[in-house]
Amino acid sequence: MKPPVARPDSPPSPCCCTPPAAARVASSSGRSARTALALAGALLVWLAAYAAIQPVSERIAFGLLGLGRTSHLGQSVAFFLYDAPKVLLLLGLIVFLVGIVRSFFTAERTRALLAGRRESVGNVLAALLGVVTPFCSCSAVPLFLGFVEVGIPLGVTLSFLVSAPMVNEVALVLLFGLFGWRVALLYLLTGLAVAIAAGFILGRMKLERHVEAWVYESMRRGAAFEAERLGFVGRVEKGREAVRDVVGKVWPWVLAGIAVGAGVHGYVPEGLLASFMGKSAWWSVPAAVVIGVPMYSNAAGIIPVVEALLGKGAALGTVLAFMMSVIGLSLPEIVILRKVLRPPLIAAFVGVVASGILLVGWLFNAVL
Amino acid sequence: MKIQVLGTGCAKCKALTANAERAVAELGLDASVEKVEDLREIAKFGVMTTPALAVDGEVRSAGKVLSPEAVKALLVR
Repeated sequence: MKPPVARPDSPPSPCCCTPPAAARVASSSGRSARTALALAGALLVWLAAYAAIQPVSERIAFGLLGLGRTSHLGQSVAFFLYDAPKVLLLLGLIVFLVGIVRSFFTAERTRALLAGRRESVGNVLAALLGVVTPFCSCSAVPLFLGFVEVGIPLGVTLSFLVSAPMVNEVALVLLFGLFGWRVALLYLLTGLAVAIAAGFILGRMKLERHVEAWVYESMRRGAAFEAERLGFVGRVEKGREAVRDVVGKVWPWVLAGIAVGAGVHGYVPEGLLASFMGKSAWWSVPAAVVIGVPMYSNAAGIIPVVEALLGKGAALGTVLAFMMSVIGLSLPEIVILRKVLRPPLIAAFVGVVASGILLVGWLFNAVL
Repeated sequence: MKIQVLGTGCAKCKALTANAERAVAELGLDASVEKVEDLREIAKFGVMTTPALAVDGEVRSAGKVLSPEAVKALLVR
């Protein structure tokens, strides 16, 4: 297995040059310049649009539609008109950047980086790589097999499988856009901590015998296809693909989520939720996890709702625990993993990760 | 020529199968597009990300939905 070589100036090897790749290399300097120019232009448009959101949204809500600044409807509409374009713009930018970062990390390269690592270091590295490696829960099993095949310890593999869905770039953007960088950073760090600790503990529990036997029997035949060579233009194209893919898929969820959030923002009285989702109710965190684990939603749909809850007195720890259990542990992924992991290991996996999330929730409620 | 799409049946795998079939039809190739959905079979190919595309048993692409044009490029070279 070779790590992908990513030097824009390296010529494609004769055995694997597809026509488009050859053409790309031939006029690469001209295309790079044009791409860079287009990028700079797009960034300017983005900045102008972002700066215009606040004045334009207020003018539409209170001027054009003539809604009262203090009315329920006025507040809800203004909230929606301000938040929807803001979140979509942030989403587009971050997904683009993440798409470019991810073009440097393939599953194969991540595996090569993890192979032969000791457990503790391996857990940390696996959790970090889980954030930047492209991952789709439908690939969880082939990825698991690929990791086990080269002797990566079970606990390290599980650290990756926890962090990859849970520390999610869409969630990070939304948290940053709606609550600021502190909450986004807290989410990133605690998500990583849960992934590292859960993988480490599961590794200590020596659960290898609960991996389905066929996993260790099959395979040992690395795929021998050449990784593509990307270069600058290719990576920008990857970023655009990611935007098309992710934003194209999640925008209705984002809008629906913000619409619900806007309704709560305008109509639900302050502090209504404090009594049963606030800090003083210790049981609200486990309740949030128990409700969240079987739920399956993407981060985009859940966060604007969560924002509204938070604004009305729900505690941050409770809300974070809810969000992590919704996007980090999901029934579909558990069903998929069942094909390689036997029930005791599945139970331990869910139990340890859920406990980690629980601790995060309580910690935040106690500290903040 | 035997074309195999490796994937457990998620939306992306279906999209790749459709694109592969279109590429074969547009090139007028005498080739069959076969779906490999069994995890053990997929594991034998050694791919870590799905959907993947194999031509005559050899993996050519993994982890992405190739456009019909990209599949064509893989097939005619």
